[in-house]
Amino acid sequence: MQWETVIGLEVHVQLSTNTKIFSGSSTAFGAEPNTQANAVDLGLPGVLPVFNEGALKKAVAFGLAIDADIGKRSFFERKNYFYPDLPKGYQTTQLEAPIVGPGHVDILLDDGETKRVRIHHAHLEEDAGKSLHEDFHGMSGIDLNRAGTPLIEIVTEPDMRSSAEAVAFAKKLHTIVTAIGICDGDMSQGSMRFDVNVSIRPKGSDTLGTRTETKNLNSFRFMEEAIKLEVERQIDVLEDGGEIIQETRLYNGDTKTARSMRSKEEANDYRYFPCPDLLPVVIDDDYINSIRSTLPELPDAKIERFIDSYGLTQYDASVLSATAAMADYFEQTTKICGDAKLAANWCMGELSKFLNQQEIDIADCPISPNDLGQLLARIKDDTISGKIAKTVFQAMTNGEGSADEIIDAKGLKQVTDTGAIEAMVDEVIAANQGQFEELKSGKDKLIGFFVGQVMKASKGQANPGQVNKILKQKMQD
Amino acid sequence: MSLDRSQVETVAKLARLKVEDQELDNYVNSLNSILDLADQLQAVDTEGVEPLANPLDATARLRPDTVTETNQREKLQKNAPQAEAGLFLVPKVID
Repeated sequence: MQWETVIGLEVHVQLSTNTKIFSGSSTAFGAEPNTQANAVDLGLPGVLPVFNEGALKKAVAFGLAIDADIGKRSFFERKNYFYPDLPKGYQTTQLEAPIVGPGHVDILLDDGETKRVRIHHAHLEEDAGKSLHEDFHGMSGIDLNRAGTPLIEIVTEPDMRSSAEAVAFAKKLHTIVTAIGICDGDMSQGSMRFDVNVSIRPKGSDTLGTRTETKNLNSFRFMEEAIKLEVERQIDVLEDGGEIIQETRLYNGDTKTARSMRSKEEANDYRYFPCPDLLPVVIDDDYINSIRSTLPELPDAKIERFIDSYGLTQYDASVLSATAAMADYFEQTTKICGDAKLAANWCMGELSKFLNQQEIDIADCPISPNDLGQLLARIKDDTISGKIAKTVFQAMTNGEGSADEIIDAKGLKQVTDTGAIEAMVDEVIAANQGQFEELKSGKDKLIGFFVGQVMKASKGQANPGQVNKILKQKMQD
Repeated sequence: MSLDRSQVETVAKLARLKVEDQELDNYVNSLNSILDLADQLQAVDTEGVEPLANPLDATARLRPDTVTETNQREKLQKNAPQAEAGLFLVPKVID
């Protein structure tokens, strides 16, 4: 049977506020355990939460970025369950009246089509602490620094039909939240975590199958692997005549396996009720518009602009605008070298390759857009070839100086002196008389061999166009 | 609406409350008398009335996003039965 995969996501995004959602403790990552957990975060008796306006603004900014309805009157509720890293015995979250209502995110698929993924809603909530299961005399250690860190949980409609679509959506969401500056986007520190709801159904059916939820995936790769694995499992179960049980599953990225989390059998009875400690949050249009006016250019608008004003393909425009830092780098490089296509190719090619190899962020790149722009300008004005430029780029990454300094110091300037090139062409012809006769008698393929030989003799510095031209003249002689 | 014994047992379990068997009937009766009152309230026609999230006629005051708290770990961990390496220690958590 042909099966169709149906995927919905719940994405937890840590908001990059200075302080926690309901207390003035710092949210900085990497502090000593429990040094950023105060009486409110610990849920000690007699404390009261006070809502952080920074978290509100960031949540509203997200809603505006996905063209959603903003909840003008939202409130917090308590989700009750017991777990040691949840000190109050409940998580403060939103259910009935979330801050962000229905919206949408458009993703670019491999076939070049654009697909709209509907967002059901996004709500504000607090993160839990961390349990450390290393052995402390048979006990677990609890670090509550993360407890109370503001999150938005973004819930999609079941609109994705493959792991590739789910990953494309997750990456687009990453682009949006980092572009508008509400999240640092650092997946390795858990700034974005994904729960994936997966079900399958016979192709053509319009009823949904029973779904499972795989929780807490913290990378795009794990998400993709977990979805593929779960789809295969569900197909096997159904084709063997079995039934899918609605359950929560855990994926282990090291062993590439998943298992059911049976321990939380009663976990779904959370007994939500409005939090009596927190008053409803009421905002008006002026407030929303004041946040709207602080939004930077949104990723979709940026992609459009890159296509329109730089003549980039949709794919190139999407790749370059995936992070604001790369987009800025590309634009500045273009300004210096005056050739957007060339700048695009280098940003996505040599530059990205270098950043990946060194495992550094573009913000820490030793080569500035100005440096790269000047190098590319030398390709543009025929001082060097694209191939030599790669050598110069390499030297620049080693800190050997600016493009011009390196070109001078290493004598890499392209030879454009016709006399000099002609002399080299003559030498190569003299050394390969036989092949030259064959070339003249119509074996056109040999032209590549001769150009190659001349380029080699010039150590890559001859202008290939000129070499070609002179060779053709010699063939006429 | 009314609760039976097994529902009260479930609610107690979810709230991590230990309820002795002989106390259970008492709780079933008490809780049901509260639910009777709720039933009485349910009879009121609330058509067009917005659900009330909070009885106070006030809205949330917001706090500026500025760090105001300092590290109080030492004091706070004095309240804990056990702490080590800066961590609170709890009975082993098994997922």
